[in-house]
Amino acid sequence: MTAMTKTATDKRKTAAVPDYHEQVVELGRETVGQVRCAEPFMVAEKVNVHYGDNHAIRDVTLEIGKKEVVALIGPSGCGKSTFLRCLNRMNDSIESARVSGNITLDGTDIYSKEQDPVALRARVGMVFQKPNPFPKSIYDNVAYGPRIHGLAGDRAELDTIVHSSLERAGLLKEVKDRLDEPGTSLSGGQQQRLCIARTIAVNPEVILMDEPCSALDPIATARIEDLMDELCEDYAIVIVTHSMQQAARVSRRVAYFHLGYLVEVDDTDKVFTNPQHKLTEDYITGRIG
Amino acid sequence: MGAKRTRERTTLQKVEAGLKRRRRKELIFKLSGEIATGVGILFLVLFFAILLNKGSSAFQQTYLQLDIEFSAEVIAPGGQLDLQYADFDGIVRAALQKELPEISGRSERRELYRLASVGAAYQVHDVIAENPGLLGTTQSIWVPASADVDMLVKGNIDAAVDEALRTLSDQQIDWINRLDEAGRLDLKFNSALFSNGDSREPELAGIKGAMMGSFFMLAVTIALSFPIGVAAAIYLEEFAPRNSWSDLVEVNINNLAAVPSIVFGLLGLAVFINWMALPRSAPLVGGLVLTLLTLPVIIIASRAAIKAVPPSIRQAALGLGASKTQVVFHHVLPLAMPGMLTGAIIGMSRALGESAPLLMIGMIAFVVDVPGSFTDPSTALPVQIYLWADSPERAFAERTSAAIIVLLAFLLLMNLAAVIIRRRMERKW
Repeated sequence: MTAMTKTATDKRKTAAVPDYHEQVVELGRETVGQVRCAEPFMVAEKVNVHYGDNHAIRDVTLEIGKKEVVALIGPSGCGKSTFLRCLNRMNDSIESARVSGNITLDGTDIYSKEQDPVALRARVGMVFQKPNPFPKSIYDNVAYGPRIHGLAGDRAELDTIVHSSLERAGLLKEVKDRLDEPGTSLSGGQQQRLCIARTIAVNPEVILMDEPCSALDPIATARIEDLMDELCEDYAIVIVTHSMQQAARVSRRVAYFHLGYLVEVDDTDKVFTNPQHKLTEDYITGRIG
Repeated sequence: MGAKRTRERTTLQKVEAGLKRRRRKELIFKLSGEIATGVGILFLVLFFAILLNKGSSAFQQTYLQLDIEFSAEVIAPGGQLDLQYADFDGIVRAALQKELPEISGRSERRELYRLASVGAAYQVHDVIAENPGLLGTTQSIWVPASADVDMLVKGNIDAAVDEALRTLSDQQIDWINRLDEAGRLDLKFNSALFSNGDSREPELAGIKGAMMGSFFMLAVTIALSFPIGVAAAIYLEEFAPRNSWSDLVEVNINNLAAVPSIVFGLLGLAVFINWMALPRSAPLVGGLVLTLLTLPVIIIASRAAIKAVPPSIRQAALGLGASKTQVVFHHVLPLAMPGMLTGAIIGMSRALGESAPLLMIGMIAFVVDVPGSFTDPSTALPVQIYLWADSPERAFAERTSAAIIVLLAFLLLMNLAAVIIRRRMERKW
């Protein structure tokens, strides 16, 4: 990793900034690498997203396996967050957004008419860039999902869910004596772990993370990354990140987006040590972004 | 090099050259702000000072102590208490006569009788009705003096001006002075002001009728406008599609907030009274009209409060699988509630102070009885102020100021409530 960063700084001095849009068109729209995986759980086929006239995602095909961490990387505005929000239909709330193509979760089409987005989001949870606990107590934050979905039969069962979720998010030890205090009184890192606890309390099958550590300090980041390592034993995780180090640390596969195209997908080691596409190479060596 | 330096000014020199001008501008801005605030405060203080000076005396009223003889012959002619037709006026007159026995002659006696209020007879009636055991005894009772006596005692009638130019004759002033020396006159708390309805006699006129009218009206207004306004705001902000239709609705709501209030009165007259045949002068209709008036205010404030809820909270709830309705009722509404309540209370304050629309629906009528329900004829506080301000009697002038003080007190209380509610609800998060 250090060697790579060093070459990046060296190259930055000499190379002029090329026109990357031209390059994408020139180098073709075909995604390089392995879009398929061994045990596909969530499959996106030829997904296109338009925001009004803006074509934000172009023909993206990507498979996400069971119990796999996939990192989406790319420069700002490349469509990685948009793609992530397609996976739990969060784009539905944006009026101008149009999604076409096909996304399936465990074989069922999530954009079919019969699919209720509410039920989908219980299966595909989401953690956001900025920690966004509800202005309620820590307990109520975690209990909210189970409550609205009716997951707990009685108070004792709800207590169990709340405690185990906080435990799994690595937060229980710090907060177990003050579950009644507002979630907003915690530190930034704790708040983000509270949000993760809140997400896993619903027991989803896939967790989407949209730059979960960008507002956190390195120590809190490290804790969240450790947490992801543990969580991927049970859940499929898709994480958007701006930090290539983070992508390298937590993911099994990396997908590189550029101007709405999915340029390259492959095993993390392969992408970072031997990128196939010129754009990918430029990005991870620090010449883009 | 050195020569170049002196000819070309350095950045620091350029900055310093402009610094003086910048400081002066800042000072002028600060000063004008302070002056503006000072003038505002000065006028506020002046306003309150004048109001208190003029109005505070109305909270006291001159009372006359008379030895009332509850003669059985007059009150119970057939051995039976006759409260309806007994000549209580005669009893009061006899008592007055007893105070100044030397007065004789028809016109002089009539002048003497004018010193007591017509309300004195009612009071004598009330005393015996409450305690029939007093029949046949003589009791010393404080009865209200007439407004002219009250004005003289309070110094509002100048005995030095020409007799023809004042409402009290020299003779009457002489009698009042003699009564005063005998300790028969006293300023007491003017309970009539708070317990009576309107009256043609200033000393008997009170604001209770107007207060109850305002209360019933505001009850109707808050019960209708808050739920409707909040529901409309939630719909427009969270559920309505953004298209030219919703834009039209939005523009219209904003315009409605700026429509002169008397127009709402015309609307109320046409719709509620002429078309729906609801009773005239009723707080129910007044409340409906004020609902129309406050709805746009509440809708606009509520929409602003909903807009101020951070989108991250909505996203968090949506991401957990909450439905749109759950997001609104579990998260948006509780967070927006302080803002909505503040808007509602500001709307209510405005409604409480409105008189123009009420004139159109007949709430300007002279109503003596205190209203007991939503359909009884009544007035409202601001209308009562207008009515009294229109009266020629000197004593109504101070009562006008007193009514304004009461109205302002209610407005201050409501605004205070808005502040407290906002503080308390915000502290929760």
